[in-house]
Amino acid sequence: MPEQRIVLRNCGVIDPKDISTYLSQGGFKALEKALGELAPEQVIEEIKKSGLLGRGGAGFPTGLKWQFASEASGEEKYVICNADEGEVGTFKDRYILERDPFSLIEAMAIAGYAIGANKGYIYLRAEYHHLLGLLEGAIVQCEGKGFLAKQGNFKFDIEIREGAGAYVCGEETALMDSIEGKRGEARYKPPFPPSQGLWQKPTIINNVETLMNIPPIILKGSDWFNRIGTERSKGTKVFSVSGDVRAPGTYELVMGSSLKELVEDLALAEKVKMVQVGGASGRVIPYHLIDTPLAFEGVLGAGAIIVFNESRDVIDIVRRTMEFFAEESCGKCTPCREGTQVMLEILTRFCHGQGLKQDIENLESLANVMMLTSLCGLGQAAPNSVVDTLAHYRSAYESRVQG
Amino acid sequence: MNDAPRGIEVMHKGEGSLLTLLKEAQRRHGYLPEEVVSELAESLDIPVGEVYGVASFYSLLSTKPLGKNVIRICKCVPCYLKNSQAILETVEGELGIKPGETTKDGKCSLQLTNCIGACDRAPAMTINHKLYVDLTPRKVIKILKRL
Ligand SMILES: Cc1cc2nc3c(=O)[nH]c(=O)nc-3n(C[C@H](O)[C@H](O)[C@H](O)COP(=O)(O)O)c2cc1C
Ligand code: SF4
Ligand code: FES
Repeated sequence: MPEQRIVLRNCGVIDPKDISTYLSQGGFKALEKALGELAPEQVIEEIKKSGLLGRGGAGFPTGLKWQFASEASGEEKYVICNADEGEVGTFKDRYILERDPFSLIEAMAIAGYAIGANKGYIYLRAEYHHLLGLLEGAIVQCEGKGFLAKQGNFKFDIEIREGAGAYVCGEETALMDSIEGKRGEARYKPPFPPSQGLWQKPTIINNVETLMNIPPIILKGSDWFNRIGTERSKGTKVFSVSGDVRAPGTYELVMGSSLKELVEDLALAEKVKMVQVGGASGRVIPYHLIDTPLAFEGVLGAGAIIVFNESRDVIDIVRRTMEFFAEESCGKCTPCREGTQVMLEILTRFCHGQGLKQDIENLESLANVMMLTSLCGLGQAAPNSVVDTLAHYRSAYESRVQG
Repeated sequence: MNDAPRGIEVMHKGEGSLLTLLKEAQRRHGYLPEEVVSELAESLDIPVGEVYGVASFYSLLSTKPLGKNVIRICKCVPCYLKNSQAILETVEGELGIKPGETTKDGKCSLQLTNCIGACDRAPAMTINHKLYVDLTPRKVIKILKRL
């Protein structure tokens, strides 16, 4: 299946510092259409019919999320763009923000109109501070042209909030706590953000890439979008490819394309041993499954693709992956706080060839507990690489058990 | 249930959150000295522990003095595959410090960081807010000389 540019349509085409280049590509025509021709409910209906699923990892239906927030009672509502992008191996949101900040702003304004919010936040990870000036400049230009100014009931104001270095703040409720100025710890759900989010007000939070799909869907219609992709996964997906490849970078493919096509044909990988799809919290795909489709019904995550060649040691990689989680666990719940530490200790033993007989079993039962009882997605996904490599590379573990 | 301290609640309509204030304080002082933390707690009418709780949560906030240049080398898997270890060893050798330490003259602090979103151009590091990519030991030595 081919590469197709929907999300990245303007990347490399417009000048991200100059709104006139955006306008000459049809910029703000979608907002104009929404405000002029569609009632807020009709905007939501279009997004629902398009089949767009969230690109931040969880794949929740975007239109449905918006509907919940629009139906929630309350005068004050918020739109948040999740630009925290902390997953290991992910940089596609950075790529988008660097090259097309205007589409994101237009999309947030459409979201605001749809749910009845007049305030939006972009939560930008602190490590992307180098993009702050560009984003602020883009917002100022959009305001200057009057696109966010009052038109009927619509008016939209966008503020950028920077993080301060914490992976878990990408989790939606932790992110809201962080905007509120607190420690970014995941909240117990329910209530869900569309009914009680930021400052307890109805809030939608969407990934950068999810939002980038909104203007084209409004302009070209849900039928157009619905025809692209697979049964369950509509549209395209943007991938961040890194690791043992000759052409690392950002690629946009139609949903359902094979992992093989991306890794070997586009990113030029050779002698592939395995691929981690979805970053540290993603799945490990061994080479014999390289034809797996990249879609919600196959593997996807947030689109981080880390490629490993035959020279790499599976357990070394898994140990480093677990080290990430042990450091980034916010510590609020026990299965994750303790589980990641214990797993790290066990994996370190295996790295030194000193695994104990019961370690493999312990890893498996611990993984189960963490997946079932962790409060948020961090702890639930932390054991993924352990589980997958125990399934596909069990002998690598067994050969390092002592005695 | 909402157990947010009153100070934090009050602020959201106004200037900024506790996190924003802490970041500003760190920008001014280079780190978060004890006096600053207690002053902040007092002025916001929230417990000092609460302020420390936030300060210690975020990896970019520091309650210990930092050097003028904070060097953060990425240690996550994609950078590791591109030999980030050699970058770390070069910096350690040039500056004579280990991760978590600051040079005696207060010029440089060395830290390790998790993925900074530049894995397509690994290995990567940041110095203060500037991003450095496609690093080699030779390139790193040149960068350090210019500090
Ligand atoms: C530990 C953790 C980190 C996350 N980090 C991010 C992130 O950096 N960016 C993001 O868009 N979503 C992230 N998510 C997913 C968000 O919680 C949320 O599902 C997403 O922002 C919703 O947007 P979407 O529906 O458009 O995908 C993370 C989730 C977890 C559990
Ligand atoms: S699963 Fe981990 S990161 Fe999530 S709330 Fe529990 S301790 Fe915090
Ligand atoms: S792993 Fe180093 S920048 Fe992503």
